[in-house]
Amino acid sequence: MIKDKAAIVGIAETAFARRLEASECELASMAILAALEDAGIAPSEVDALSSYTMERTEEIEIAGNLGFGDIRFFSQVGYGGGAGCGTVLHLAMAVASGQAEVAVAWRSRKRGSGPRVWATSAERLYDGYKYTRPYGLVRPADELAVLTRRYMHEFGATREHLANVALTCRRMANNNPRAAMYPKPLTREQYMAARWIAEPLCLYDNCLETDGALACVIVSAERARDCRHRPVYIHAGAQGISAPHPGFMNDYCGTPFRTPSYAAAKALWRGSDFKPDDIKVAQIYDAFTTMVLLSFEAYGFCGRGEGAAFTENGALDPGGRLALNTSGGSLSEAYVHGFNLINEGVRQMRGSSANQVPGADVCLVTSCDDVPTSALILRN
Amino acid sequence: MAGDEKMIASWPLPTTNDHDAPFWQGARRGVVVMEACGSCGKLRFPPRPMCPSCHSRQQQWRELSGRGRIWSFIVPHPPLFPVFNPLAPYNVIVVELEEEPAIRLVGNLVSEPAGPINGVSAETIRIGEPVQAVFVPVTDDVTLIRWIRRR
Ligand SMILES: [Zn+2]
Repeated sequence: MIKDKAAIVGIAETAFARRLEASECELASMAILAALEDAGIAPSEVDALSSYTMERTEEIEIAGNLGFGDIRFFSQVGYGGGAGCGTVLHLAMAVASGQAEVAVAWRSRKRGSGPRVWATSAERLYDGYKYTRPYGLVRPADELAVLTRRYMHEFGATREHLANVALTCRRMANNNPRAAMYPKPLTREQYMAARWIAEPLCLYDNCLETDGALACVIVSAERARDCRHRPVYIHAGAQGISAPHPGFMNDYCGTPFRTPSYAAAKALWRGSDFKPDDIKVAQIYDAFTTMVLLSFEAYGFCGRGEGAAFTENGALDPGGRLALNTSGGSLSEAYVHGFNLINEGVRQMRGSSANQVPGADVCLVTSCDDVPTSALILRN
Repeated sequence: MAGDEKMIASWPLPTTNDHDAPFWQGARRGVVVMEACGSCGKLRFPPRPMCPSCHSRQQQWRELSGRGRIWSFIVPHPPLFPVFNPLAPYNVIVVELEEEPAIRLVGNLVSEPAGPINGVSAETIRIGEPVQAVFVPVTDDVTLIRWIRRR
C-alpha cells in the first residue's frame, strides 16, 4: 500500500479561460515550472512524469523545455477524464517504491478554443461508436443524458437535484477568483430556463469548455518535510474498471448504474484508514451533474438511488455533510479533465481554499465516473 | 483512431469486422441477429471474440423477434455533427431486447420505417413502451435498425 508514503508538495495552474494564446505545450511547461517553484524544487531534480493518454505534449517535450535531468519513470494513464487521479497514483507508487524521487503530474488542454472533439466524426466508424453515432447519439452529453433519464425514472430524481449540484459549484466558483465563472452568479430560475443540450440535461448540467494547464509535484514523505509547504500526503489511491466493463457506459449490457467508480471505490477504501463518514470535503468529477450523484453512491456516501436526495438541505456547502468541489469544479472553475480537482484537494489540506472547510484534514478526489477511472484520498 | 481519416459532412455509418458482420448482414435481411456463445448459449453484445461467461471462442448467430421496450430516451439539441443539426431536436431511444433485457440497442423511434428521426414527438415517448425493429437501408452496404411502436 502507498499509505502516506508520498506527498504532494507543489501545485500550480495557468489562467483558465475560454481562449488562451499559448499552445498546450507552453501551458503545460508554464504550469509545471510554477508547481516546481511552489515546491521549492529545481527542475533538474525531476526524474518522473505522468499525464493522460490524450495529452498531446510528449514527455520529451516537457523534459526538453524545462531542462530536466535523466527521467527514470514515466506513464500515461488511459481513458481521458478517468485518468487524473491515476497520474498521481502512478507517481506516488513510483516514489514510494524508490523508483523515482521527484515526480510531476500534469494536464494541459485547449478545449475552449480548440475544436470540439465530437464536432466531427470519421466517415466510417470502427469502434463502439458504430452502435450509437448513426442514430444521432454523438456527444458525451448524449450518453450521460440516457443514463440521467433512466436514473430519474428508477429513483425519482428530478432536475431540482441536478440543479443543486450545478448551483453549489457555481457558488464555490463565485468565491474563487481563478474560476472561469468568477464572479457570475447562477440562479435556480436561470438553471430551469436554460437551453437544452440533450434533454433531460440543460446547459448548466454540462462542464465548461476551457483552455488551461495544471501540474503537481510529488516526493517521498521524508523529503516532503523539508519542502516549502505543509506536505499533503497521498493516503490512498486506486484505479477502477467495473464489471461489466464497457468503453464508456454500461448501457449496452449489464448494470448501468454500477459505473467504474464502484470498482475504484472498493479498492480505495480498502487501502485507507478513513471511511466515507470521516470525509467532510470532496472534489468529485463533474463533467456532468448526474455523474456527481452516481459518485456519491459509488463512494459510499449514500445508498444506490439516494444520490439525488443526498444533495438536499445544504449538504454540499462548506460545513454541510460533504462540501463539494470547493473551487467550482469542472462545472464552474474550469474543465481541464478534472486535474483542477486534485489541486483544490491539496489547497483544502493546506487550509488555503477560497471555500475552506473548517477543520478539514482529509479530502476525497475522484476522476470520471463513467469511464475506467481513478480516485485519491489526500490528508494533511 | 488514425488522424488521416476523412471527416464527414454526411451521416456517420459503421464498418463491419470479422466479429460483427453477421449483425449488420442481419439488418440488411430485415432481422435482428444477435451473437450467442456456441458453447453455453448466452447472448452477448456488442459482438466479441470470446464468451465472457465460459470463455469459449465458438459463436453462433441467433435471429431474434425484433421486439423490445424503451429503456431510456433523450432529445439532442445542437451543436451536433453537422448532418444532425437540421434534424434536431430528434429522439434517440435505447431499447432493451425481449429475449435478453440486459442487452440494449441504441436507435430512433419513427412513425413508419421510412420516417424521419424527428417525426415522433418526444413528449409522447415513455420508458417501458413496447417497440418493434424496422430496417432502413441507408447505403448499398448499410441498413440501420430503427423502431416503431408496437401494440
Ligand atoms: Zn459461453
